[in-house]
Amino acid sequence: MAKTAQPVSASQWFLGALSLPRKWRVGPGPIIAAIVLTVIVLSAIFAPYYVPFDPMHMESTKRLQPPGGEYILGTDPFGRDMFSRVVTGGRISLLIGIGAAVISVFFGLLIGLVAGFFRMADAIIMRIMDSLMSIPAILLAIALVSLSGASVGSVIIAITIPEIPRVVRLVRSVVLSAREEPYVEAATALGSSMPKILTKHLMPNTMAPLIVQGTYICASAILIEAILSFLGAGVSTETPTWGNIMAEGRDYFQINPGLIFWPGLMLSLCILSINLIGDTARDLLDPRLKKREA
Amino acid sequence: MTEHFKARTGRMARRGGFAAAALMAMTMLTPASSVAQDEQETITGVMHSGLRVLDPIITTAHITRNHGYMIYDVLLAQDEDFQPHPQMADWEVSDDNLVYTFTLRDGLKFHDGEPVTAEDVVASLERWGEVDSGGQQIFDVTDSLEATDEKTVTWTLSEPFPPMLQVLSKQSARPAFIMPKRVAETPSDTSIDEYVGSGPFVFNEDEFDPGQKVVYDKFEDYVPRDEEANWMAGGKEVNVDRVEWVSMSDMMTSVNALAEGEIDYIEQVEVDLLPILDANENVTVERRDPLGYQTIGRMNFKHPPFDNQKIRQAALLALSQEDVLGTMIGNPDYYELCGSVFGCGTPLEDETGAESLLEGGDPEAAQALLDEAGYDGTPIVLMQPTDVASLDDQPVVAAQAFREAGFEVDMQPMDWQSVVSRRASMDPPDEGGWNIFFTNWQLPEVADPLINPMLNSRGDSAWFGWPDDEHMEDLRSQYVDAKTEDERKEIASEIQAYALETVNYIPLGQYFMPQARRNNVVDMIPSPVPVFWNIDKE
Amino acid sequence: MLGYIIRRILAVIPVMLIVAIFVFLMLRLSPGDPAAILAGDSATAAQIEKIRTELGLNDPLHIQFITWMGQLLQGDLGTSLISKTGVVDMIANRINPTINLALMTIIISVLLAVPMGVAAAWRHRTWVDYLVMSFSVLGFSIPVFVIGYIFMAIFALGLGWFPVQGYRAPTEDFFGFLLRAILPSLTLATIYVALIARMTRASMLEVLGEDYIRTARAKGVKENSVLFRHALRNAAVPIMTIIGIGFALLIGGVVVTESVFNIPGIGRLTVDAILARDYPVIQAIILLTAGIYVLINLLIDLSYTLLDPRIRY
Repeated sequence: MAKTAQPVSASQWFLGALSLPRKWRVGPGPIIAAIVLTVIVLSAIFAPYYVPFDPMHMESTKRLQPPGGEYILGTDPFGRDMFSRVVTGGRISLLIGIGAAVISVFFGLLIGLVAGFFRMADAIIMRIMDSLMSIPAILLAIALVSLSGASVGSVIIAITIPEIPRVVRLVRSVVLSAREEPYVEAATALGSSMPKILTKHLMPNTMAPLIVQGTYICASAILIEAILSFLGAGVSTETPTWGNIMAEGRDYFQINPGLIFWPGLMLSLCILSINLIGDTARDLLDPRLKKREA
Repeated sequence: MTEHFKARTGRMARRGGFAAAALMAMTMLTPASSVAQDEQETITGVMHSGLRVLDPIITTAHITRNHGYMIYDVLLAQDEDFQPHPQMADWEVSDDNLVYTFTLRDGLKFHDGEPVTAEDVVASLERWGEVDSGGQQIFDVTDSLEATDEKTVTWTLSEPFPPMLQVLSKQSARPAFIMPKRVAETPSDTSIDEYVGSGPFVFNEDEFDPGQKVVYDKFEDYVPRDEEANWMAGGKEVNVDRVEWVSMSDMMTSVNALAEGEIDYIEQVEVDLLPILDANENVTVERRDPLGYQTIGRMNFKHPPFDNQKIRQAALLALSQEDVLGTMIGNPDYYELCGSVFGCGTPLEDETGAESLLEGGDPEAAQALLDEAGYDGTPIVLMQPTDVASLDDQPVVAAQAFREAGFEVDMQPMDWQSVVSRRASMDPPDEGGWNIFFTNWQLPEVADPLINPMLNSRGDSAWFGWPDDEHMEDLRSQYVDAKTEDERKEIASEIQAYALETVNYIPLGQYFMPQARRNNVVDMIPSPVPVFWNIDKE
Repeated sequence: MLGYIIRRILAVIPVMLIVAIFVFLMLRLSPGDPAAILAGDSATAAQIEKIRTELGLNDPLHIQFITWMGQLLQGDLGTSLISKTGVVDMIANRINPTINLALMTIIISVLLAVPMGVAAAWRHRTWVDYLVMSFSVLGFSIPVFVIGYIFMAIFALGLGWFPVQGYRAPTEDFFGFLLRAILPSLTLATIYVALIARMTRASMLEVLGEDYIRTARAKGVKENSVLFRHALRNAAVPIMTIIGIGFALLIGGVVVTESVFNIPGIGRLTVDAILARDYPVIQAIILLTAGIYVLINLLIDLSYTLLDPRIRY
């Protein structure tokens, strides 16, 4: 693991030495991350146009081919081309990550604003959120996938539901603190309408932490998808995802480690990049941190 | 290496007071459990699945049947030629084939010390006969079943039932295990809650951890028969003190554990993982079960499109056994194409009608048939289990083949439990029903037209898929009444041809799950059920 | 304040009730039928139906729910539908390995992560900081099972230092326990180290910017003492909080790790129970984990109120 960490920090150090204007000084890490992420996303989006084989097509006579030759990364236990599957797999994995992030942020924001602003609703909403949050996310997700059958949609929903309460709590706590700020109190005193206070004063406050939270949800959704597949509650093997490619490869780890290594590398690079970008966003958006830098 | 490491952890714990305190706390959380079993000779095996259900009459799960053979005994048992032999009892048949008299042998004892009596046998057979399909057929023609004295059971029939001894001695799916009367009086739809048998091993209830671990101790009072062990028949000599079955959800972990000598035996090794063991000189990989498994596809006769025989035929034509088995198993040493619904290597083997299956499928012919039948493009709902290693390949291969032949396929992934419960639904596919699924059978479970669950064609009371076919039922009753071996074979061939013509189900060939053992585990007799008698550990 | 505490404690009741209703409905409305697994592969639909009636699964939902709640209030968690074993026994059998594994994980994580986080904050924006942060991001980015396999391949199969799998109770064989628990704990610890190191760094950074730290430094207090006496002590609350919250996260990792290293714990019991639709077992485990989580959460909420007086109830 240290092996992977070293080059990143070394290059960071190197690039950090090329001093950039202070304002832009986000460090080289996030920039590299953004580039890596862009490459991964583009390679996934355009996968159908350049993959050498149909990622779903099986050849029973060509199972578990070693890498090289006709198949760059070899073939999987169904005799399907690994390279095509790994790059195509990014499409669904990213879709699940982004889907889970967008949906949970959307509903979390909505519910959180209501809970933070209306005391009456708060008690009920928070009890329900507490309940949902108290169930371990993975267990809830497995149960929900079993409930609705394992399609891409149901996996997204199963990942989203346990995430929503976390967003709600975040939004609510920001709103609760902001409500006490003088300018909000002033607006209330001046008789601004509720919706106006909500949209004008409270929502902007929640934006920064939500963006950060969204990136983390995206990253963790991609990981959870892999874990669900590992536990046998993932998307069908007909549709490649990084998670189910790895899950299929688990038994062959010692025979052909590439089956786990390649999708794992893509997945980890992708999550690593998203997390780094999220961290940077948080550092930039957090006023207290910024103050200290100055 | 290990010693070195121990020393280091010791030092670490001494230094960090906090860590040491926490470790102590940890220790206190664990109650003292049983002492290590080092002195005893123990065989630890990884079985194909965890044992959860302990009632071998209520369920037909293989692992529960295997558990049954550990702790229970049977009246009659079959040898490698499927011939019945005395196990707990000898038998006599009256000249008119109506009265069967079973006499229990001496020395039979239950694990609680009580002797096995004829009354126990009667109660056990009655409970078994309520749920087992073969048993039901016997009881349909039964006049009386009585304990005539301590050791004698007399079974009187109203009409001859030629396969009587075959059914009583069968080893799958529900062998007629003998339990004490008080246990056997449990209603057949309720699980038993006392696990006392008269078999060669005693169930260790204290150490039972459902789905994870089950322990059997040698039953010291078991008296084996004198004959040599042959499959389920013959003397069950126990040479070890204790057998532990553990289940591991990760196949690679169990293979590594065997290679490292942490366990003694794996019942079924995934063929793709054999290379890891090949290099290990302390481990032997072999086929213990000579017949293996049959993998099959079953369609739903109740709903379109598979209510149409032509479309069923098209589905059969689309499939290739080589593709299915090649993907599932990979290594040709461990699979065998076989077009017989009764399996190959069995007395009734016959491959009529399976030519396309054996020769790589015929998508063009399938397409032509589909056009002829006027298939309207309704997607077929194919259930794909995602959590059972031996069942998740067939649907994927089949879906590709069906699509190539012109079917629209709606593949629905779900866990095996959902498959098991959804296949019981007779509703249309778009309302929670289904069109096709795949499963596997051990050969003795399909080897005979009476036992084979798929061939039952009594509509709603048939096995899932519910074919309603009088001609098939007629053939099956002719088989029951057949007097000679030749006659039986002839009718079986007819059934084979008819089953594939109507596509009762699609046999997709045979495969073998090799077992692996440490070399010091010796004297395993060949058997389709992984039995632990006769085994010794050097 | 006291009134608030009492109200919060009372609020646990509706939360647990909602969990109970939610879990109950989720299970009953999901496809899958414990009677079918009980009956096995060659059972007919009619046989499954009989078993279902016998198990009480054909009763109306509200009757089933009331029966269950009634038992629950009497402290009866029921018996497994599949194995007929008492649910309490099943959980008791499996909880020790999980708790021991979790404790070991937390010990390893704290021992590694707190110094890492302190160092990163102390040497903010230097290679130390970058290294620690890269590692912590990396820990979040690799699926647990992959880490497990890698550790197994290197330390168990390659170097032969540890057994590949299994579990020993520490009371029975302490070194056996350690040997078998180290790889799974390390595997689990990667996420946890990442989480705690991050939180330590963040809250240390915050504290190090405070005036009293400047004062302490100005007074010439030794750097070691500034870091560990003054700063870490004040940064401890959020760190403790994250350790608590992380416990819920651990459960997710435990499910996978137990499966990779074949440890007979709660995680595998849960997954097995879900796959077998063993309702009483799933219900009991989810209520149990939810209960623990709610308690931890309660403490955190109370500490929030103490920390930020601006939040009033």
